[in-house]
Amino acid sequence: MGGWHQLYPGHIPTSPLQKALLAAGSAVMALCDPYRHDMVAVLGETTGCLALPNLRDKMKNHPEGYRILQERPRIRLSTLDMARLQGLPDGSLGREYVRFLEDNKVSPDTRMPPKFVDDEELAYVIQRYREVHDLMHTLLGMPTNMLGEVVVKWFEAIQTGLPMCVLGAAFGPVRLSTRKLQVLATELVPWAIRSGLNSSCVLNIYYEQRWEQPVESLREELGIFPPPAVPV
Amino acid sequence: LINCISFPCPFFAVYQVFESVAKKYDVMNDSMTLGIHRVWKDILMHKMNPCPGTLLLDVAGGTGDIAFRFINYVRSVRQRQLQRKLKQHQNLSWQEIFESYQKDKFNSLGDSQVVVCDINREMLKVGKQKAQHLGYSEGLSWVLGNAEELPFDDDKFDVYTIAFGIRNVTRIDLALQEAYRVLKPGGRFLCLEFSHVSNPLLSRLYDLYSFQVIPVLGEVIAGDWRSYQYLVESIRQFPPQEELKAMIEDAGFFKVNYDNLNFGIVAIHSGFKL
Repeated sequence: MGGWHQLYPGHIPTSPLQKALLAAGSAVMALCDPYRHDMVAVLGETTGCLALPNLRDKMKNHPEGYRILQERPRIRLSTLDMARLQGLPDGSLGREYVRFLEDNKVSPDTRMPPKFVDDEELAYVIQRYREVHDLMHTLLGMPTNMLGEVVVKWFEAIQTGLPMCVLGAAFGPVRLSTRKLQVLATELVPWAIRSGLNSSCVLNIYYEQRWEQPVESLREELGIFPPPAVPV
Repeated sequence: LINCISFPCPFFAVYQVFESVAKKYDVMNDSMTLGIHRVWKDILMHKMNPCPGTLLLDVAGGTGDIAFRFINYVRSVRQRQLQRKLKQHQNLSWQEIFESYQKDKFNSLGDSQVVVCDINREMLKVGKQKAQHLGYSEGLSWVLGNAEELPFDDDKFDVYTIAFGIRNVTRIDLALQEAYRVLKPGGRFLCLEFSHVSNPLLSRLYDLYSFQVIPVLGEVIAGDWRSYQYLVESIRQFPPQEELKAMIEDAGFFKVNYDNLNFGIVAIHSGFKL
């Protein structure tokens, strides 16, 4: 068992055996009980040992990503000026993000802090990935229903390479109806894959400094194709 | 390397641990011990061998495992008593037999009673819900209390049990003194608790399982790594068999002995107030 070298608040050092057991256990539990969001988080942390350094390097080698790693911005209700964002013009990132939070009744504060990542910078990277997830929804125009979440997972799987996203993308669809599966397979997933491959790294955008930018303009800048006109 | 999680004070730490684990307590016990904890508790009850009319105090009894076993045990002993009585009444009329059976039927426990005492409201709540669900009502009461300062008079109980609870008491000596106080003369003290494995190979396997697997189970099943890390560490810091025996003797108990279960993973200590 590792010594108690806590690298960041909330860090729980784990041995390789513990990580393996956690990965297996959290995968099973996440499938058995879909309300255990904490298990999805644990799965992401214990299996991300290859993908996270990759992501961190992509950020380091990009001017905006590098700044994010230095400044470590956090997306939280306490740090967001909701009134200002609501006052922004329709179609802007800030306005659409707030609209997304309200429509889907979600809050940026429900993201789990990392526990099992044994590197303090990588812990931030996975935290950043979790906190910009809602912005992914906004950029892709996907709601937080099962179908929307699966689409976002496909996009994220391509973008980040995190095994947890790959598993979510692969197993998420099992709970969908046939009609939705059809829409998913024929329109949404191909679009998500194309956009994911074409887009530059979404973690290299300093979203907090681009609230005024129109969503369409940001999509173009990244390389995300316009979402298909199907009901989700 | 054993390091304690730093909490503001040990008492509060234990309370918080059981607050968060109360709902998943039973599931976790089954998972961690692969169901074997049920056998340990059965063995405790057989060692106690209570007869109907016994007044039991189960301390740190939380979710009621010992209490329910006690009720089942005295009920079956009582059942056998009644059957023997009926056999003696071979020459009575059917009416007389029916009447005598009716009278005894409403005393299926033979006046046995168990008081479950726990310091944690959440654990008691879960215990009461379980009792309702399983149909236990007669002869059972639930009291909020601290093992170091029991809310009972002196010389009250026939048997005092504490199963997997004494490990969490800050001052074990005080708990033992309180146990002595509330027991009647002739009363018995029984303690079921994790203890020390002396066999070196087994000890290493046990340590490996405890430190590598149990916190993982805690995280996956109960979403709570830290509480189960605490559990594993507290087991190692608990006095071994002989030391606990000496502490029990210090509290005034006589004929103190212990039985190891599973090579010392668990031990049952017993003592009498004379």
